[in-house]
Amino acid sequence: MHEIPINHILFLSTALFFIGVYGFLSRKNMITMLMAVELILNAVNINFVAFNKYLFPGKLDGLFFTIFIIAIAAAEAAVAIAIIINLYRSHKSIDVDEVNDMKY
Amino acid sequence: MLTQYLFYFLSFLAIFSALLVVFSKNPVQSVLSLIVTFFAIAGHYVLLNAQFLAAVHVIVYAGAIMVLFLFVIMLLNLNEDSEPQKPGWIKFAATITGGLLMVVMIAALRSAAEMPAPQKVDASIGMIKNLGHVLFTDFALPFEISSLLFLVAMVGAVMLGKKEIHNP
Repeated sequence: MHEIPINHILFLSTALFFIGVYGFLSRKNMITMLMAVELILNAVNINFVAFNKYLFPGKLDGLFFTIFIIAIAAAEAAVAIAIIINLYRSHKSIDVDEVNDMKY
Repeated sequence: MLTQYLFYFLSFLAIFSALLVVFSKNPVQSVLSLIVTFFAIAGHYVLLNAQFLAAVHVIVYAGAIMVLFLFVIMLLNLNEDSEPQKPGWIKFAATITGGLLMVVMIAALRSAAEMPAPQKVDASIGMIKNLGHVLFTDFALPFEISSLLFLVAMVGAVMLGKKEIHNP
């Protein structure tokens, strides 16, 4: 049985990670930036599961890291969306560059 | 053989729809592409012997988080016209940053040692029975702490999201 080399899985997660980094840097819309962060977290999750399978078969530590990352991502998305709604209420915009009240 | 074809198909699907997430102007289209990406990643989890994780991933991400995103986008009435655009040089800088780092990472990973997958792999290792057993013995404390985290996040989200009763 021919298996997939681990390099290819790592290439996939690297590509997803840097697509997320590009999205985080190049968008102004806060919700799209949050989606880019979700992409980055998913790339990390793929790495955890792949290393769990290839290096420690029979153990489940990588899977539990992934489960806790998913839980934290859910909590983070809920709080971030609450902040975005609050910001929209006060500024009528979710453009990150317009929220500079505390900058100067 | 089928596994390999499935792997490359899912990889292509994941990367293509992730690019759509980042490049599409319309936020609703971004969310829909992100759902496709999450389904592809769930397929990867199944290929990596993590079946329960694939189910959780679909339920939590595609079912819960993305519905939240879609609701907020519709609530705030975002569309292509209201989408703010960054100036060109920031996009150029983001391309350079992400692209160069990705090239470096891929070059480093290319020369990584080949790790053949172990032959004797128990395919049911990612099923809920094994996971639940380990979760409630070895990972009991992180499990309880994550429940505390959810409580804090819930209270925080409600406090942040509620309207001000009295005007400041």
